[in-house]
Amino acid sequence: MAFRNPFAPRRSSVTTPDKSLIVENRKLIETIDRRKVLRGTFSLGALSLLAGCDISNRGAVQSVLRTVSDFNDGVQAALFNPKKLAPTFSPDLVVKPPRFNAYYEIDEVKPVDVSTWKLELSGLIQDKRPWTLDQIYALPEQEEIIRHICVEGWDYIGQWSGPNLKDFLTRIGADLSAKYIAFYGNDDYMESIDMASALHPQTILATKYAGEPITDPYGFPLRLRTAVKLGYKNPKWIRAIEVTNTYPLGFWEKQGFNWFAGL
Amino acid sequence: MHWTNAIAMIVMIGSGWKIYNDEVIFGFLHFPQEIVLGIWAQHALQWHFFGMWILVFNGLFYLAYGIATGRFARLFFPIRPREVVAEMVAALTFRLKHADLTHYNAVQKVLYVGVIGIIIVQVVSGLAIWKPVQFSFLVSLFGGFQGARLAHFLGMAAIVGFMVVHVALALLVPRTILAMLTGGPRVPAEDPHSEGAPAPTTTH
Repeated sequence: MAFRNPFAPRRSSVTTPDKSLIVENRKLIETIDRRKVLRGTFSLGALSLLAGCDISNRGAVQSVLRTVSDFNDGVQAALFNPKKLAPTFSPDLVVKPPRFNAYYEIDEVKPVDVSTWKLELSGLIQDKRPWTLDQIYALPEQEEIIRHICVEGWDYIGQWSGPNLKDFLTRIGADLSAKYIAFYGNDDYMESIDMASALHPQTILATKYAGEPITDPYGFPLRLRTAVKLGYKNPKWIRAIEVTNTYPLGFWEKQGFNWFAGL
Repeated sequence: MHWTNAIAMIVMIGSGWKIYNDEVIFGFLHFPQEIVLGIWAQHALQWHFFGMWILVFNGLFYLAYGIATGRFARLFFPIRPREVVAEMVAALTFRLKHADLTHYNAVQKVLYVGVIGIIIVQVVSGLAIWKPVQFSFLVSLFGGFQGARLAHFLGMAAIVGFMVVHVALALLVPRTILAMLTGGPRVPAEDPHSEGAPAPTTTH
């Protein structure tokens, strides 16, 4: 041996795995999925990118982008024609059941207990008495076969029915000149829409899908269905409605999605 | 205007790839996180609807300027099919002459007019996806909402293809880069090719 790096471990001190060690731990070694390790490594790499290198989440950039998004809310409100109807479709195009979507999985849905459920009303409303499901079922129904469009890019045709929201708001003496209307879900979900979209003829409080009561995963007993907003603006399992002039920041807007989200 | 457009395009394409990843059109195709713009879909959407303003305003200004000054008429037209074929063959066999930067050859004319057309269609399909109710007639133009998404994707692919060729060719003829950066090729007064035409002094 001519030269040895004094800091390098002596060859003899580096334990070469004993054959018996491998035999003993064969089971463990076999369970190490190489693909998973590789994937994990990549995810770690991606995570490091998220931490430092991606510019989207830095304060200043995020503030500029959110300002533009707020500006786009105004542009969309100006583009919104309250009389323009969304295309409707024939019943044979209806997808059954509807496509599930929430920020959690379908098996985590907590069904609403209809024996205690009541629709609560708050804010700029004259008659704030809560509504039972039977009272809501007794209201005139409107049916619409419309396209549901998710911000992710998928869509399907759905057949929804229930009381027209404008009629309902008029019935309870809501201030129709208020700016916003917020819908609180039975989970911690809340989304709000502008009053003009709430009063659109194709905005309903849906209680039925394809002629049957909406089932648990899709919003039983009550959900919003509006033909003029993206999917996430249609809260399911509604337990309360609020009419307000104070901008209510919804679940997805808090995370940076656009508020108006009009179609 | 050219470089503003280049930045807007890169923002639109990078964020568009991230948005695409949430609901892919082709099962085999996901864009790696390393090349997209936006950590999560909401950031990509924010970028996309920010970039759209730059793209549209710069584009409108560019089109108005090109038409009003006669720049488009002078540089892009006429396009003669025979020249296109002949010069395409010359280009592919590396025999295409590039003596005069102030004059576009027929292949360039077709590519530039083509990509401008594709960007316009891209804005239209984008509007259809963004406002499928307000502009429902645009959606039917593309055969439905998913048809509009597909058209938007194919438009992106064409623009990316153009950019690859465009950048590669510009790098092959380095003089053009200088001209692009400084606002136009240097045309000597006694240049026999200029034939008295005023030298373009504006940026692309």
